[in-house]
Amino acid sequence: MTATDGFSRRHLLATGAAGAMVLSAPGLVRAQAAPVKLGILQPVTGNLAQDGEYGRIGAEAAINEINQAGGIKSLGGARIEMVFGDARSNPEAGTQEVERMHAEGVAAVVGGFASPICLAASQAASRYDLPYVVDVGVSDQIVSRGLKNTFRFGPGFGTCTRVAIENLVKLNDAAGKPAKTVVLVHEDGLFGTGLAKLMNERLSALGFQILETIAHPTPARDMSNVALRIRALNPDLVIPSSYYGEFVLLARTMQQQRIRPKGIYAVLNGAASNFRFVKEFPDAALNVMDCNHWADPRKPKTAELRRQVEATGRFWLYNVPLNYSAVKLTADAIERAGSRDRVKIIEALAASTFSDHIMPYGPTKFENGQNMGAAPVNTQVQGGDIKVIFPDAFADAKPVFPVVG
Amino acid sequence: MLRSYPPQIVLEAVLNGLLTGAVYALVALGLTLVYGVLHIINFAHGAMLTLAMFAVLMVHLGFGLDPYLAIAPLAALFFLFGYGLQRFVISPASRNDDGAILLVTLGLSIVIENALLAVFRSDTRSLTLDYSFSIVDLGFALLSLPRVIGFGVAILVAGALWAILALTDTGKAIRAVAKEKLGAALVGIDVNHVYAVTFGLGAATIAIAACLLMPSFYVNPRAGNAFVLVAFTVVVLGGMGSIPGALVGGLIIGVVESLCGLYLGDSLGQIGIFLIFILVLLLRPTGLFGARA
Repeated sequence: MTATDGFSRRHLLATGAAGAMVLSAPGLVRAQAAPVKLGILQPVTGNLAQDGEYGRIGAEAAINEINQAGGIKSLGGARIEMVFGDARSNPEAGTQEVERMHAEGVAAVVGGFASPICLAASQAASRYDLPYVVDVGVSDQIVSRGLKNTFRFGPGFGTCTRVAIENLVKLNDAAGKPAKTVVLVHEDGLFGTGLAKLMNERLSALGFQILETIAHPTPARDMSNVALRIRALNPDLVIPSSYYGEFVLLARTMQQQRIRPKGIYAVLNGAASNFRFVKEFPDAALNVMDCNHWADPRKPKTAELRRQVEATGRFWLYNVPLNYSAVKLTADAIERAGSRDRVKIIEALAASTFSDHIMPYGPTKFENGQNMGAAPVNTQVQGGDIKVIFPDAFADAKPVFPVVG
Repeated sequence: MLRSYPPQIVLEAVLNGLLTGAVYALVALGLTLVYGVLHIINFAHGAMLTLAMFAVLMVHLGFGLDPYLAIAPLAALFFLFGYGLQRFVISPASRNDDGAILLVTLGLSIVIENALLAVFRSDTRSLTLDYSFSIVDLGFALLSLPRVIGFGVAILVAGALWAILALTDTGKAIRAVAKEKLGAALVGIDVNHVYAVTFGLGAATIAIAACLLMPSFYVNPRAGNAFVLVAFTVVVLGGMGSIPGALVGGLIIGVVESLCGLYLGDSLGQIGIFLIFILVLLLRPTGLFGARA
């Protein structure tokens, strides 16, 4: 009930805003083409609310930009109209919202954020040949089901972990191999345990000595014991795979306990590439590295969008550029399809070579729905900012490794 | 799985456990006091702790009041809240039936938790204070400053509570009611008033515990339950209704949890607590300081 109310209010606001825009820019109204409806699915309530909110900000920024630049030209300058759906942080709600979006006649759906939501929502969309572009969801199951309608613009779990390990080895070699011993800290759920197991196997094979693998529950009340164990083991490198709250607690406890390894290297970590952490606890965050999604800092559009987001008092999270880019990718496909026909849009997406995005990926090339150029980058917290340190092609800072202090 | 740690790491884990244990003790004090006098288990204890933690958060965000300075006003406020709750809600609703009291406090916990959920949502929040991650360097161990303060205040509160019960007229009335309700009423003690005062004291200790917890802990609408589950074990270990028992029990449980966390990992850290719970029930059901039946 509330979702419907929320929708109609938003719908009204969106229409009102669009109307105001048309009035203020009469030169753009060349043809009276009906708007193209685009479904934006994000979890803006529940425990993923923060991510969903930032995803929506990115999607809205892209839609506004496209409309201001004259809409979809091959459809007579048709504006894009957002049909927003709240996935309420669970797959069932995501599916319901896709059903509603279908009923409202959207041309495509973008978003989902979490893997379980993306899996369920894209499957629901496939029943109507409705194109679905995943924004984040890293589970590799998403693109291995043979669904013709599902495309993922960002990298998956396999790519992320492979790149993370490759980059770690390169980073370590370039610095003269200062890191030999490793302690893995992970949350004891599916995500953390799986990642730690993988890291354990691969890093051992590459000659790193894994001193210990420490599990902790989510939520954790206290990280003193984990910190104590790390201090007793004195590793060169700490590799955490935990969620935001627990990693922040661990980083702060390590700082408090004066535990200073040569590096903290996180993989797909919620905190190490999150400006909230950097701003709230700058000392604990300093020099923490992450291998994660991040916008290409060298593209001028990235800086512009970042300024735009920060001007509203919000943080620059990766959800913004990923959704911004995914919406632009979808709009480009609609433009090239020159049609509202869903099958034609799917064909256009599959043939996409879209490169006007702000991720460090190069031109888009889909194979079985996965963008093959997509990869994570290495970031490091330096001087109160999050810098890209690896690969060199996108880097805007040199890595601080090993950390001396 | 088990590995040996250098002595100073183990020592530090023990000290950490003692510091955490003092706060467990404080939460358990309120529970054991209410049980000792009213002979009811207050199921709303956890929800009231959560409420108090949110109160600490709000007075900090709203008025900039430091959690430690909030101890006095919040303890007073929660005393009145507890007093009113017992006098005007729990007592009339339960009609002197123990089973009904149990259900009333359970109902209260559901109401409080969901009211908090409606107002604050399910987000986890924490306070950011300059000294949140300050440390006390003992030379051989680094201890968290908020926990050291928490330890000191918890011991003081336990002492103060003991003094109130042992030395004041109100304390004597409370003890009289706890021992012999009918007799106390016959010599002119207002039993309902004593019940409400006791409940108020219990609520005040929760407010103090919340003030001590917030500088180093987070809060969400279910945060209090984690402590209350432990507090129940503390009460059973120390002896139902015993104040020194709650204090000693809390410290023991804190150390056990910390050492289990160190040796077995944090995912299994609490296993020791519940093993103790079972062992006490098997071997010494009256607890360490409990009166023999």
